[in-house]
Amino acid sequence: MTLRRLLVSTALAVLSAGAAAAQTINALVWCDHADPALIAPFEEATGIRVNLREYEGTGAALAMLEQSRPGDWDVLVIDGIDVPRVVEAGLLAPLPADRLPLGDLFPQVVLEDRTTRDGAIYAVTEKFGYNTLSYNSARVPEADVASLDRLLTDDYAGRIAIYDYYLPVIGIAAAHLGLDTQSLTEADLPAIREVLFAMKDRAATVGEVVASQTALATGEVDVVIGGGEWLTGVLEPEQPELTWTIPDRGAVLWSQAIGVLADSREPEAALAFVEYILSPEGQARLATSSCYWGMPANRRAGEHLTEEQKRILRWDSQEDYLSRVQLYPAPDEALDAAMQDLWLEMLQR
Amino acid sequence: MTSRAGGWALVAPALLWTLCFFVLPFAVMAAMSLARLEGRELVWGFDLGNYARLGDPAIARAVLVSLEITLTVTVVSVLLAYPLAAILAFRVPERWRRLALMLAILPFWTSYVVRSYSWLLVLSREGIVNRVLMGIGLTDAPLTLANTRFATVTGFVHFFTMLLTLTIYANLVQLPRNYARAAQDLGASRWQTFRHVILPLTLPGIVTGAFLTFVLCIGDYVTPQILGGNRELALPQVIMLQLGRRADFPLASALSVALMGMVTLAYLLSARWLRLDRL
Repeated sequence: MTLRRLLVSTALAVLSAGAAAAQTINALVWCDHADPALIAPFEEATGIRVNLREYEGTGAALAMLEQSRPGDWDVLVIDGIDVPRVVEAGLLAPLPADRLPLGDLFPQVVLEDRTTRDGAIYAVTEKFGYNTLSYNSARVPEADVASLDRLLTDDYAGRIAIYDYYLPVIGIAAAHLGLDTQSLTEADLPAIREVLFAMKDRAATVGEVVASQTALATGEVDVVIGGGEWLTGVLEPEQPELTWTIPDRGAVLWSQAIGVLADSREPEAALAFVEYILSPEGQARLATSSCYWGMPANRRAGEHLTEEQKRILRWDSQEDYLSRVQLYPAPDEALDAAMQDLWLEMLQR
Repeated sequence: MTSRAGGWALVAPALLWTLCFFVLPFAVMAAMSLARLEGRELVWGFDLGNYARLGDPAIARAVLVSLEITLTVTVVSVLLAYPLAAILAFRVPERWRRLALMLAILPFWTSYVVRSYSWLLVLSREGIVNRVLMGIGLTDAPLTLANTRFATVTGFVHFFTMLLTLTIYANLVQLPRNYARAAQDLGASRWQTFRHVILPLTLPGIVTGAFLTFVLCIGDYVTPQILGGNRELALPQVIMLQLGRRADFPLASALSVALMGMVTLAYLLSARWLRLDRL
């Protein structure tokens, strides 16, 4: 279905529901959805106004939902790892499979065990990428980023930044140790602690997205552990020497998902927005959004990306990359708390 | 209406405001600090376990880091602000004083976040500070200045020196010039005049500015987060960590109450000299 047909049919559906005039949905999103180039085409075609509220950290989103009145929010974009948590809390509505392009998604990122429950679909992966190694190729030989072994020597003391999110970096440490990120237990944490401490001892900074980008772009550091295409994609046109790679022992796959909130007052319009975001055109825009780039979950988005955009996203290498990465660790509550305590310990080291 | 009732009517809006936007939120936070998380569920009760976490090495260190940074910033800012305020009050001709004061408050005109990121660029390995240091031959290689405690303190001092300058200046200009002349007529040297006359009389301005610096600095999250590079965490950063993903509001509340306890202690220590009405 082309975007035009999709949007026209959506608009007709909304009109037939008698709710076209001044229809508004409220979406709790990550910053990549705030790009007008992504939202404006949907609003223009459907007449549905999208109010966006950006957040960072699932805890913050859950707090906002808790403090809002039922029905205040219609759409939720959330870290793929946290979908089971919000489904379990009854926050998401089941989505009709026949209105979702599930067959067009990269099969490796459908993540059915996280996005479905008892056969019902509650969220769909919309974007993905890798938490791996970003580096300055003018200063770091390719051989040095083939493994963490070389980076965790004193040659790289003060030249490393660590992305400030415990799950992917613990995942990278686990992959480096040859562990399965999906089977981690508390018994694995001492070995992971050693790797994290070795990283921290050589780190100039532990920063969130903008801080890590700034550190790499200004030459403050030469490597960002936990970086990836999402970190260097927007920098690459200006500084082509900033790039990323997946080390030999692998890295981790990040994903974000979109769903409709269970108590949405505008479920049809919210679903239309989800359909748009998952459409090839919406996916191409989301992949190259101004906040950060990432791979679109829908393979057909490639039809709407320029060759240059595909080159930066490394479109043609995705099958290879997907075969070499593991999923984010998916800890239970006790292990999650232990991991966060370990992260705090590492930060304060 | 009696004068007593009239008085209550006049202060009622302020009291209501304080009740709604300080007392009630604080009561909720205090109650929350005694609750606990069981899995994802919030269980209200009277549990001091969150306060016991203040003894955890990582959290205790955050308290220490916060105090060290705040005290350093306060002392350095006072040392820089006092001479600046004195120059403004006594040396700058009156016709230029307004312009000088405006320049002093320029840092307040820019966004806090933008200002912090600007410092990050200035202090980076390829930033202007390192270029100047290498240009004049003081160092051969760039120094690590960004993402350090030095950067955090620098960002704070830039802001708070100006705040302190204003509070001290307000105190200095109110001093009758005759006091200094009288002291010197009685044989006091310039240093003795400053030490025994000017300084004691300007102490309220210093303490007021220092107290405000302490309060704003110890509770600040943005500057250490951007400029400190997370190489060590201050208490507000640890509080944010509890909220960001874990949504552990009880522990975050307990740490916030502890933070407020530190501010209260600072107030009690400085109350004797504090003159907030002079702001």
